[in-house]
Amino acid sequence: MPTLVAPEIETPAADAQFLAKGKRARKLFDAAIVRRALTDSFVKLNPATLYKNPVMFVVEVGAAVTTILLIRDAVQKTSGFGFDLQIWLWLWFTVLFANFAEAMAEGRGKAQADNLRKTKTESMARRLLSGGATETVPASMLRKNDIVLCNAGETIPGDGDVVEGIASVDESVITGESAPVIRESGGDRSGVTGGTKVLSDWVKIKIVSNPGETFLDRMIALVEGAQRQKTPNEIALNIMIAGLTLIFLLAVVTLAPFASYSVTSVGSGYMPSIIVLVSLLVCLIPTTIGGLLSAIGIAGMDRVMQHNVLAMSGKAVEAAGDVNTLLLDKTGTITLGNREAVEFICAEGVSEAELADGAQLSSLADETPEGRSIVVLAKQKYGLRGREVADHEATFIPFSAQTRMSGVDLDGRRIRKGATDSVRQYVEHQGGRFPSQVLEATEKISRSGGTPLVVSEDSRVLGVIHLKDIVKGGMKERFAQMRVMGIRTVMITGDNPLTAAAIAAEAGVDDFLAQATPKDKLDLIKKEQSSGRLVAMTGDGTNDAPALAQADVGVAMNTGTMAAKEAGNMVDLDSNPTKLIEIVAIGKQLLITRGSLTTFSIANDVAKYFAIIPAMFQLTYPALGRLNIMHLHSPQSAILAAVIFNALIIIALVPLALRGVRYRPLSAGALLRRNLLIYGLGGIVAPFPGIWAIDRLLGLAGLA
Amino acid sequence: MTLNGWLQIALFFGLILACTKPMGLFMTTVMEGRKNWLTRALSPLERFLYRICGIDSTVEQRWTQYAVSLLMFSLVSALLLYLMQRMQQMLPFNPQHFGAMTPDLSFNNAASFVTNTNWQAYTPEATMSYLVQMTGLTMHNFASAAAGLGIALALVRGFARQSADTIGNFWVDLIRATLYILLPLSIVGALFLCSQGVIQNLHPYTVATTLEGAKQTIGQGPVASQEAIKMIGTNGGGFFNANSAHPFENPTPLTNFVEMFFIFLIPAGLTYTFGKMIRDMRQGWALFAAMSVLFLAGVVTAYHFEQSGTPLLARNGIELAATDAQSGGNMEGKETRFGIANSALFATATTDASCGAVNAMHDSFTPLGGLVPLFNIELGEVVFGGVGAGLYGMLMFAILAVFIAGLMVGRTPEYLGKKIEQKEVKMAMLALLVLASSILLFSGTTSVIQFAKNSYWNAPGPAIASLTNSGPHGLSEILYAYTSATGNNGSAFAGLNANTPWFNITIGLAALVGRFLMIIPLLAVAGSLAKKRQVPVSAGTFPTHGPLFVSLLVGVVVIVGALTFFPALSLGPIVEHLLM
Repeated sequence: MPTLVAPEIETPAADAQFLAKGKRARKLFDAAIVRRALTDSFVKLNPATLYKNPVMFVVEVGAAVTTILLIRDAVQKTSGFGFDLQIWLWLWFTVLFANFAEAMAEGRGKAQADNLRKTKTESMARRLLSGGATETVPASMLRKNDIVLCNAGETIPGDGDVVEGIASVDESVITGESAPVIRESGGDRSGVTGGTKVLSDWVKIKIVSNPGETFLDRMIALVEGAQRQKTPNEIALNIMIAGLTLIFLLAVVTLAPFASYSVTSVGSGYMPSIIVLVSLLVCLIPTTIGGLLSAIGIAGMDRVMQHNVLAMSGKAVEAAGDVNTLLLDKTGTITLGNREAVEFICAEGVSEAELADGAQLSSLADETPEGRSIVVLAKQKYGLRGREVADHEATFIPFSAQTRMSGVDLDGRRIRKGATDSVRQYVEHQGGRFPSQVLEATEKISRSGGTPLVVSEDSRVLGVIHLKDIVKGGMKERFAQMRVMGIRTVMITGDNPLTAAAIAAEAGVDDFLAQATPKDKLDLIKKEQSSGRLVAMTGDGTNDAPALAQADVGVAMNTGTMAAKEAGNMVDLDSNPTKLIEIVAIGKQLLITRGSLTTFSIANDVAKYFAIIPAMFQLTYPALGRLNIMHLHSPQSAILAAVIFNALIIIALVPLALRGVRYRPLSAGALLRRNLLIYGLGGIVAPFPGIWAIDRLLGLAGLA
Repeated sequence: MTLNGWLQIALFFGLILACTKPMGLFMTTVMEGRKNWLTRALSPLERFLYRICGIDSTVEQRWTQYAVSLLMFSLVSALLLYLMQRMQQMLPFNPQHFGAMTPDLSFNNAASFVTNTNWQAYTPEATMSYLVQMTGLTMHNFASAAAGLGIALALVRGFARQSADTIGNFWVDLIRATLYILLPLSIVGALFLCSQGVIQNLHPYTVATTLEGAKQTIGQGPVASQEAIKMIGTNGGGFFNANSAHPFENPTPLTNFVEMFFIFLIPAGLTYTFGKMIRDMRQGWALFAAMSVLFLAGVVTAYHFEQSGTPLLARNGIELAATDAQSGGNMEGKETRFGIANSALFATATTDASCGAVNAMHDSFTPLGGLVPLFNIELGEVVFGGVGAGLYGMLMFAILAVFIAGLMVGRTPEYLGKKIEQKEVKMAMLALLVLASSILLFSGTTSVIQFAKNSYWNAPGPAIASLTNSGPHGLSEILYAYTSATGNNGSAFAGLNANTPWFNITIGLAALVGRFLMIIPLLAVAGSLAKKRQVPVSAGTFPTHGPLFVSLLVGVVVIVGALTFFPALSLGPIVEHLLM
């Protein structure tokens, strides 16, 4: 037997921390990305692209108007040139800072894409011809439905499903995980990705995608943001801030006639200059959120990527935040992948050693983890070593769906193990008797959430093996947090209702779906959706595909079949179903970051009014000076300080936009209270000391 | 501020609080077409009306049909009023033989009454016949209020229903609101007012000789019947120019109290109707609480500044402290029979709601005392607000508040189980934008526009020549005029001669814009909400009841209003106050 490296079982500790740093985490300000972003900030000044961001476009138009006026002032040598020059500079900085934020977010995606592209080297493929011979062709020549052979040490030439063989594969190119994984034909671990490498053994692969449409190609396009589309909430938010921009435009434009009226009526002072009005406008319109909105969205996608999840659209990430119901497969998500034998319960008149022996013999050829665990338990408890059966005349009976039993015929002994009903039928058919004490034992095991396997020899029942599901550590706490966040968890399992209920209770899920067929799963999703809920699920098998497609958030496992990957709107490259919970948290974090910065941005305006309005009308209405509660030292300095604050806050919040607001799993009420306090009240208060400090610095530097 | 004053304010609020539930319950049964204690008496009439109008009361309308019905009804009824005003000299019940009103004034007044604004750029008792007042104006007093109620109900149905295409039937809403709610209340109200001395006759005006021997013409007319609906329908258009300050309209402190009570009766009750219809009373009370906070803040501010008076009054030797014999404070433009507390309370209530009746001259308030009514209207009159208009305005702000802050809980914002998405945000912003642009653009233009000689629009020279004040107070007068029109309030700051084509037409347009360009987006929201499914409530749902949401809603209303209008206000009432 070749040595296979078992896939690492994800330990609960690894995801105990919400939003723990992903594998692909990168420094926030990577030097290369910053350099590229700096250049891009200028490229993005192009009005033909900037108009898509209404807020920053208005700032750019304002800055452009200021530029013209500044040139006029320079030619006419008017006084106040120094002030106008500084305003001009800071208005352009405002646009550049916003561009920089977006470029930083995009840059992080691009850097990732570049890394991927490097791995996309041209490889050769050995294509199987009809006669069984192979021909060597470049990977780019492969088409759908070609069959290729890959030996140890070779790169898999394209995406496909294993149709024959089993191999360990290094998928670190895609997943960033160096431990090899097993790919085998049939079942749900058949999918392979082009660019990954076979480490041992060989596989035959049926290619499923044409060149240019491979998983790697799509991944590159996605992280580069080439296919980025605005998400529904982002569009709605954009409408709102565009509306606010228009309202402020009205407020500032009509301030001109009001000022003119006032100046004429009072007979002193002068109209505020256009540069001053533009400054007021730029300060009032929501530049903070306007400048950071797209960066937040891109960074959200990037964060998902850092967790090694590939989201096919931003919409899917956003939908994750809205999810009401999580469908979680029991196996691998809630429980450790495999059931383990934990106990042998003998039938009356049978010794434990006899039962253990029978159990072990029947499982020798059983390569399932359950089978192996029986062999191991027998060995640990009774010192029974795995025996060489080659000397004996042994026929192994594989498990089949009809008999629902497996076993061995060894030296005339017919040893079988299987589900209670099947073995009972089998034994009774041979004239044996199924002891009621064994039946009670099986029922007791079922009730406790375990799976009973009855072992028989000929017409005699030997006893029961207790197979137990091991619930992952920390899951109960997780589900409790989910409940607080208003998310209902539903466990999906093929087990009978009794077993399912016991495990559901142990894991602390809200509900379960027992003896679930793929159709049941699909029906459950439809039912939840029809009552207005959004459903998220994970899946890997081809028969999961319809449900994955139906779910609002469908996360396919990278180990799964290509059909599953195509159907879902996310692929988890680590194939860790528990990660669905993190994805939900990232989706929420994305929305919270947007909401918080919007609130902050609008709340900031209060202080700016107090800075600018008294300054504008100092000569007409000196009495308005009483609104100058920050005691800014001169009108020029007040306006300048507000504009500078407005520009700097964008840069100051770039890390927050890229990293996202810290998210805690709290109830909506608690979250709202907390965020309103920080970003609402904080947004009103923060600019006062900020503008005051800038005013002092400007004074000290003699700039205004 | 006196204990007596506080008690009256407390009594007023207490009575509104007490009547909110019974009124709300009654209106729910009416508008849902269920049996109530008036059904037996009025349902034959209701059915008769459906029959002669050809209305099938079981057929509902989509939002577009609802909007078209509303617009058509408004257009036809406004045209009718316009024609009546233009032809009043040919019509009966015109004992003073008033001639036809000018085209621009007739337009202004028709626009004003069809929109529930009731701005009056003329002196009614010297301009308008009894017939036009009784039928032309009063019909609009009923119909514009009933239409407002219907629109509010349509929006509430949008929240209450799911996967529905329709939001009610405009004609049914109009008839039910008029027949069961407005008419009975008005009859009772009018009889009560008559009992207190409000006149109701068709006599020619009385000419009396005063003690000094001067001749005085005293207006007469069918006042009481118009007065009740003027308050109940939050219309506010007075029979006399002096409005509710006139002793024939509002003779005693008791009538004054009842008139104020009428302003808030239906709007406050509607918050309960809302809770009832969406089957969550807490939501209705949350809106009631937010409105109450804003109302009380307004009253306290206005009362404080009016009672404090001004340094100018003090310098002129006026006693500012209240004593047993003297009210103290700023009594200019106020009726002694009402005093400061009741004038401040009336001014706040009439502008919180889109009523616009006045019992004191807002122009004579102190700068910040006068800022309260002005700012109330600029907030969109969502503090209880006009009949229907207050509720739908507040719901629009709730949608915005939920959207701004709702993202902060990490979910697509929801209000009452309905996801607030693109369409809702777009329409709410549109409504907000319409209000801001109408107020700011018309006021801005008027404050600088100049007219040539022989201009049709206005007397030659600047439009601001119509002002009786200059400086900040003059600006407040202009702002108030367009704010009042756009907000469909109709109260006047006074001090502005607005009966010129320029003012008549721009103010008329502002009233139309402020009403219909706000209603249409909101009906669109109603239609879009009705189609949506309800998202079930969970711990992750943004809680829209309780103190946190109430403070958020109040905050959004105030901050949006303040941010939009602060620059203009700072050059008006704010600087006026600072200059004192």
